[in-house]
Amino acid sequence: MAKRIVIDPVTRIEGHAKISIFLDDAGQVADAQFHVVEFRGFEKFCEGRPYSEMPGITARICGICPVSHLLASARAGDAIMAVAIPPAADKLRRLMNLGQILQSHALSFFNLSAPDFLLGWDTPPAERNVFGLIAAHPELARAGIRLRQFGQEIIEILGGKKIHPAWGVPGGVRSALTEEGRDRIRAWLPEAFATVATGFELFRRTLETHREEAFIFGNFPSLFMGLVAADGTWEHHGGKLRFTDSSGSVIADHIDPADYLEYIGESVQKDSYLKSPYFKALGLPGGMYRVGPLARLNVCERMGVPRADAELRLFRQQGHGAVTSSFLYHQARLIEMLAAVELIERGLEDPDLFSRDLRAEAGVNSPRGVGASEAPRGTLFHDYTVDRDGLLKKVNLIVATGQNNLAMNRTVAQIARHFVRGDQIPEPMLNRIEHGIRCYDPCLSCSTHAFGQMALEVRLIGPDGSVRREVTRE
Amino acid sequence: MAAKTLKIDGRQVSAAEDTTVLDAAAEAGIRIPTLCHLEGVYDAGACRLCLVEVAGTAKLLPACTTLVAEGMEVVTQSDRLRRYRRMTLELLLAERNHVCAVCVANGHCELQSLASEHGIDHVRYDYRFPRWGVDATHPRFGLDHNRCILCTRCVRVCWHIEGAGTKNVAGRGAKSFIIDDLNQPWGDSESCTSCGKCVLACPTGALFDRGSTVGEMERDRTKLEFIVNAREKKQWIVSE
Repeated sequence: MAKRIVIDPVTRIEGHAKISIFLDDAGQVADAQFHVVEFRGFEKFCEGRPYSEMPGITARICGICPVSHLLASARAGDAIMAVAIPPAADKLRRLMNLGQILQSHALSFFNLSAPDFLLGWDTPPAERNVFGLIAAHPELARAGIRLRQFGQEIIEILGGKKIHPAWGVPGGVRSALTEEGRDRIRAWLPEAFATVATGFELFRRTLETHREEAFIFGNFPSLFMGLVAADGTWEHHGGKLRFTDSSGSVIADHIDPADYLEYIGESVQKDSYLKSPYFKALGLPGGMYRVGPLARLNVCERMGVPRADAELRLFRQQGHGAVTSSFLYHQARLIEMLAAVELIERGLEDPDLFSRDLRAEAGVNSPRGVGASEAPRGTLFHDYTVDRDGLLKKVNLIVATGQNNLAMNRTVAQIARHFVRGDQIPEPMLNRIEHGIRCYDPCLSCSTHAFGQMALEVRLIGPDGSVRREVTRE
Repeated sequence: MAAKTLKIDGRQVSAAEDTTVLDAAAEAGIRIPTLCHLEGVYDAGACRLCLVEVAGTAKLLPACTTLVAEGMEVVTQSDRLRRYRRMTLELLLAERNHVCAVCVANGHCELQSLASEHGIDHVRYDYRFPRWGVDATHPRFGLDHNRCILCTRCVRVCWHIEGAGTKNVAGRGAKSFIIDDLNQPWGDSESCTSCGKCVLACPTGALFDRGSTVGEMERDRTKLEFIVNAREKKQWIVSE
């Protein structure tokens, strides 16, 4: 009988997860649960702070996607001030968000997931990581790292530093782009296009050898949610929310993100610190929805840039209506990287980026402000209620990984049903579960991502609730 | 006025008799770390960072409030002093809630600079995590008690440069805190002229311009000295 060790809560970390697999009387997998056992308490300890400090504070939630929090928070601040920010500030925020999406996706695809594609499930974990990738495919590993560097440099050029810039503020941004900065960004573009093309080529080969995975790694009907522009084009900052179902039909559209509470409910799992949002009108389990690259590509009508649109058409051939396999999050990520590079190239010519009108000034004009933005992993909401002096009374943050929680559970169950027989958990099975979760690129794995594996604990639980087997990998 | 001669760090120094050890050292190019000292207002001896060793007395004395004396021998740098200064800074950091990474004064904070100068990469004492709030009732400025080190610079500039007498200290010991008028919200203060000198004087992020974000509170503290000099020496007034 396995021993159970409980660390509760594990604080101030970004990468601890636990998975429970429940067996029925016949020893077959009945259900699976993905638990996030970290507790951070941002929503509580931000109470009492001035809303103007929130972009800086909430950016600290994550070292991979600080920009997402920074921008969502700044937007919530705009709403509290009830201002329309200068057009230049909006364009600059968009540029930084594209850099953010690019660097995060590059990390996920080239450094964290590529080892699975190229080195294989059965490679020992000690080798199946970015270092193994560097040893086996140095050029690819280097190109991926450099693509991430490009995204990070956009963030640094605009915000002064790569991680946790305090540049996005309520009312706008703190500084404009310089001509020198624009030239530095422009110089990267040919290499960025080439690396993304390499990524597409790698994934095409991967799909040929991973047909089974593409079919069982989170392939199920669900709703999808993401921001789209007024004309239905792919959107990453601004725009309105759209929900579609797995047939591709739009079931709710033109939703102001500020009204998210009317559409999204949050259920609480008793053994995870991750809340499980769902589409209210359909309740649970029917209201399960996915966010992030796969969802954004499913809800939009077009990418709005030619090369990415061509890839989107190929992508859509893999679904009937919507593309439902979570394994194809990887492909969606590539298409978004391509669109990001195209949009950066196009946007750089805009003279507004050098404007000096960057920041609207106002006091507290609205007691509540909601800011939404597409983070690399999906739609991010910051919802603040303030007193008349602008001090926070209530904070609600809905992060992408939470919204994918139900889908991740489902994915783990699907993979487990396929690979678990009896009460054994062979190592390749552990690797596959890990990858099923990694398709979503969940943010909780940030800290341990760097070593190519999550701190993972898998428990097999019998019908009587007893732990049949427990495998832990730190 | 008689001049006194003394030794600071072995160096012969001469200074007017009402000069503080701190000023005499500065005159001789010897820097003693300070936090509550501010050019332009009188010294309070509140922070204890400028403690020096004086031959003949076992106690450490604050350089900012100790006057020079004939034959005095002062040591400003020793292992003992460095130990005490480090301890003082660590206690200041542990006393309230200083979170540099997200502070409006990050990169422009005197407490942070001194901590870095003294090699403080961790604090050996338990943080007290007191519950202090933010007064954001003033239309232009905010006061975050979490970041206050009770140096009283703001009180001194308010009384002795602006002459408004709005800022004061209430309570005792570690529970002391900065108040406006008779401990009412800053925005309700009738005496405050909204001059902003207290904000200029603050060494940390405790006093800030409303709407400031991380690292945005850069202050030009020489402005205060400038005002005092202009007033006392009548620099800009051309007499017939």
